[in-house]
Amino acid sequence: MSVWDGLGLGFGNALTLANLGWALLGCFLGTAVGVLPGIGPALTIALLLPITFQVEATGAFILFCGIFYGAMYGGSTTSILLNTPGESGSIITALEGAKMARNGRAGPALATAAIGSFVAGTIGTLGISFLGPVVVEFALLLGPAEYFSLMVLCFVTVSAVLGGSALRGLTSLAFGLLLGLVGIDLQTGQPRMTFGIPELLDGVNVVLVAVALFAVGETLFLAWRHVEGGAKVLPVGNIMPSRADLKRSWKPWLRGSLLGFPFGVMPAGGTEMPTMLSYYAERKLVAPEHAHEFGTTGAIEGVAGPEAANNAAAAGILVPMLTLGLPTSATAAIMLSAFQSYGINPGPMLFEQQAPLVWTLIASLYVANVMLVVLNLPLVGLWARILKVPQPQLYAGILVFATIGTYGISNSVMDLVLLYSIGTVGMFMRRFDFPTAPVVIGMILGPMAEQNLRQALTISQGDWMAFLTRPGSAMLLALALVALLGPRVWALVRR
Amino acid sequence: MRPDRADLWVGLFVLGLGVLAGWQATEIPASPLYAQVGPHAVPYAVAALLALLGTCLVGVALLGGWSRTLEAEANAPATNWRALLLMVASIKANLALIGWLGFSAAASAQFVLVAAAFGSRRPWRDAGLALMLTLFAWFGFVQLLGVNIGAGLLEEVILRLFGMDVP
Repeated sequence: MSVWDGLGLGFGNALTLANLGWALLGCFLGTAVGVLPGIGPALTIALLLPITFQVEATGAFILFCGIFYGAMYGGSTTSILLNTPGESGSIITALEGAKMARNGRAGPALATAAIGSFVAGTIGTLGISFLGPVVVEFALLLGPAEYFSLMVLCFVTVSAVLGGSALRGLTSLAFGLLLGLVGIDLQTGQPRMTFGIPELLDGVNVVLVAVALFAVGETLFLAWRHVEGGAKVLPVGNIMPSRADLKRSWKPWLRGSLLGFPFGVMPAGGTEMPTMLSYYAERKLVAPEHAHEFGTTGAIEGVAGPEAANNAAAAGILVPMLTLGLPTSATAAIMLSAFQSYGINPGPMLFEQQAPLVWTLIASLYVANVMLVVLNLPLVGLWARILKVPQPQLYAGILVFATIGTYGISNSVMDLVLLYSIGTVGMFMRRFDFPTAPVVIGMILGPMAEQNLRQALTISQGDWMAFLTRPGSAMLLALALVALLGPRVWALVRR
Repeated sequence: MRPDRADLWVGLFVLGLGVLAGWQATEIPASPLYAQVGPHAVPYAVAALLALLGTCLVGVALLGGWSRTLEAEANAPATNWRALLLMVASIKANLALIGWLGFSAAASAQFVLVAAAFGSRRPWRDAGLALMLTLFAWFGFVQLLGVNIGAGLLEEVILRLFGMDVP
């Protein structure tokens, strides 16, 4: 199927009333959770996973993608009005955005973030449409050995390259791999890592772990460091950007989009790096008469560029997820487990076997982007009001939903004990700066990597050298090694 | 530099997790099926990785630790024991109540305690809010998402009020 046929089919499905409804609901929910500090898209999708038993796959994934994109839009509102970034991708937005807000220019900052997100989201979705099929062609050539090596590369990049420390990132990943091992081994039927507890034979539920880390751990950590007196929400003021604002914004939007998308596509995942790079680029490229605004009154370029980069990278993350079945962010990992609960295996075959689903999904991303820019510009007052939900009731509510999401899995108090135990681990992970996303990614990707490893070794009749003698696999492993050791060797050389 | 005690505990915890995983890996029964790679290989590898990373973390902690390099820790406020204790109480309350009173009652108790932990001074208003929210969540999950959560005391009363069947 060509891209145009695919998009035609996709828009035909996405523009039905039911699917438009799912997209609108997703965008609305996504923006709300993006705005609310303490809840993100990964947690929301994890809590909504039971919907996969009720709704057909297309509707559910349109909802999830709406949440995914919506949270990116909503996150910037929090950064700008509260100076507390909702998620890692909006840390940079908070730098200049909050300064603009403090100088009474919150409106234009929000507008440039929303329009920039729209531009970047659209460019990113175009990227998915045209790059996806190409990656699939390439992915069909990969055997189990190459897949395993690709997953090793993915493990290294999500845990060791991003974030504060390779050691702590890898520890998080190993913790996730360990959790993924619990339960019955699918190939031989042997129980593993269960401590003889029958409840653990089914494995540890990924929803439980996501909720524990993102909701319980986070809330416990916030309580640990709680100080009375909340942060102040800055007033929005006039939302309309002036002509000068738009003139200063459009180039950063495009630059940010083009910078962000490739970062998302590469298995490096993460939105921190492209947003940071975009910020530095805009700081360098800004017109001299506005250069003094950076770091003082807040420069609009410093919001427009990183915010576009953030959204484009988020769109890019969907490419490896849809074409290779590789999740490189926590949200993508949770979406992957939604595919699994429909019995669909994401990977190169997805585009062939589930063509209507994939193209409807992609078309609905375009739709979601239009909906989001409409939802965000005129309704910005509503989102700003959501920010005023008082902290005590907000965090109490988050824990209520965490409990019901987990208790609903099997009505077992044992699950709740596990939820709070892993939540406590999550609290300490926050305190000691261990990233949480690699835990979820390792948990989902670990069993898939093991399966590929064992298949590859069955094909090679137990010859481990197969990973090094097959050129594709050897290249990927070499890349992983460079990604792991490169920065450290470089630091040594420079010293 | 002086070793960092807190960081040392973290390293030892990870090391302990590796040892625990290694022990569990030896407990995996031998597979009756023939396979090039049995069910043991990856568990051993993960256990070894955890032990190795734990050892490295212990090493870093002994050389001064990493917490002192964290920006967030440098300006962190002191531990809020009151809030933490209330959080623990909220968890205990939920675990103790959910079995015999059902979700809404247990989660409402949790809600009030968590809100108190974050500085709310109006427990009765919180309780009212909590009941609305938990019942809304219960009906949302059970009716809309089709999740099977047994009706507790409160849910039963409401279901009977509306003349619906109690599952």
